[in-house]
Amino acid sequence: MRLAVRDLTLAGRLSGVSFDLAPGSITAICGPNGAGKSSLLETLAGLLQPDAGDVSLGGQSLRDMPPRERAKCVGYLPQSHEIAWDVPVRSIVELGRMPHGDRLADPIDCALRALDIERLAHRRAQSLSGGETARVLLARVLAGQPRWILADEPLAALDIGHQIALLRHLRRAGSGGAGVVLVLHDLAHAMNHADRAIVLDQGHIAADGACEDALDRDTIERVWKVPVRWIGEPGHRALVTG
Amino acid sequence: MNRATVVFAGLLLVATPLSLLAGRVWLDPASTPNASIILAELRLPRAMLAIVVGAGLGAAGAAMQGYLRNPLADPGLFGIAPGAALGAVAALWMGYAASPWLLPLFALVGASGAMALLAAIAGRTGGIALFTLAGLMVASLAGALTALAISMAPNAFAMSEIVMWLNGALTDRSWREVWLAAPLVMLGIALLWRSGKSLDALTLGEPVARSLGVDTRLLLWLLIVGVGLTVGASVAVAGIIGFVGLIVPHLVRPLTDRRPSQLILPSALAGALLVLVADSVVRVLPLVTELRLGIALSLLGAPFFLLLLLRMRKGLA
Repeated sequence: MRLAVRDLTLAGRLSGVSFDLAPGSITAICGPNGAGKSSLLETLAGLLQPDAGDVSLGGQSLRDMPPRERAKCVGYLPQSHEIAWDVPVRSIVELGRMPHGDRLADPIDCALRALDIERLAHRRAQSLSGGETARVLLARVLAGQPRWILADEPLAALDIGHQIALLRHLRRAGSGGAGVVLVLHDLAHAMNHADRAIVLDQGHIAADGACEDALDRDTIERVWKVPVRWIGEPGHRALVTG
Repeated sequence: MNRATVVFAGLLLVATPLSLLAGRVWLDPASTPNASIILAELRLPRAMLAIVVGAGLGAAGAAMQGYLRNPLADPGLFGIAPGAALGAVAALWMGYAASPWLLPLFALVGASGAMALLAAIAGRTGGIALFTLAGLMVASLAGALTALAISMAPNAFAMSEIVMWLNGALTDRSWREVWLAAPLVMLGIALLWRSGKSLDALTLGEPVARSLGVDTRLLLWLLIVGVGLTVGASVAVAGIIGFVGLIVPHLVRPLTDRRPSQLILPSALAGALLVLVADSVVRVLPLVTELRLGIALSLLGAPFFLLLLLRMRKGLA
């Protein structure tokens, strides 16, 4: 099920954005603050209605999809780790099954296992650390078995160990056939862990392609306006200034 | 059926017969003269009305706290209770105090007006922030018009009637009020109960709820109509009875897994229990005139609210 974006325009935020994503890979959306990354992700999730253009899933426009059908296909993980009530972890993960109208134990247990949080299932939300909360919220998305996982800054507020672990889980989901789209601020994470990068600048696509090309030194200097260079081998790159 | 539902249903089953016996004169069905008439025509409708009003306010409080994701939310804050009160005050102002139907009907019209205003302002977008602000606006407008009606009361008797009525009570109510309020409150509770799953999804924030397929506009309509029916009908037959919607979900929450959907039915039962017990207490207090139920619950509710704030402050520190 391909995710296609055609001439997407959102007043003041996005302008003429087009791309086509295939499932089974990780795509990073990068760009400076205010470039329109989160707006783009929310539009892909069907949460914002574009002023012009269209987002389609498997050839069907998101506009024409009933909200529950869309929710079965697209799992959305916002940057906020908001959990309003001190509910049990398992009930949070169960919410992922809401679009399917069931609370099937198999996908829920599978998601808990995939993120290694089975032992947390009966804990309360407010007793979790930041890293545990992030994994629980991702497990909620995985429990819905979506075809596409859209995550906005999933690595923010996580230490390096949890960042790597979370990226590994997302890679596993991608290998399982799901498409993964991540908004990432950390360009090194994008370079090392994504298959493709889309760079946004003031609502336009500044670069799109394999990470080595789309996140090359010239693009970064042009878009972020800082002098940088990559060091290290492919897959283990680090970005240094100057 | 969760543990809280069983506990509060059991307590309500125990409290109801006790409430029928409690009063300035304790009733002994075997020896009190005309006991059956007192029970059937006075005590039983009053107890039933306490249950209906309390159930409506309790369920509305649980749903509102779930919707706003705020444990300090109270259905009275969102304009429907002040709207209903304004309707009733208009009836009293026009001298319809003695009319058995006009006063509650005016109150229901006032509640409907508040619901319509809320829906007109916030119903199209379905946003929580707009709904809250619209509710506060409706509440302050209704409050200002009520104050105006009091200050321009045609005579001292009407002014006294209005002030007394605003301090809600279940005194001198009959089966007529029960039959008027019960169907509306039951329908309102059913609508609020139906919103439970969407409220659970809202625990993770509005964007996540929408991404899970929740129609936030439909949810807002369910809440406006559900709270409108429960609170509007309650105010129409009993006047303003505050704090029930605020207190009750806090009593229920520790007995549940804290999901909003698990709170609505037990909060209805616990609200019924709280109002029934409070009304029994005001009846047996040795005072010259019966303490108004609305005043009694406010006296109980204000310190509870303060306790909540202090606990929240401790949590934030």
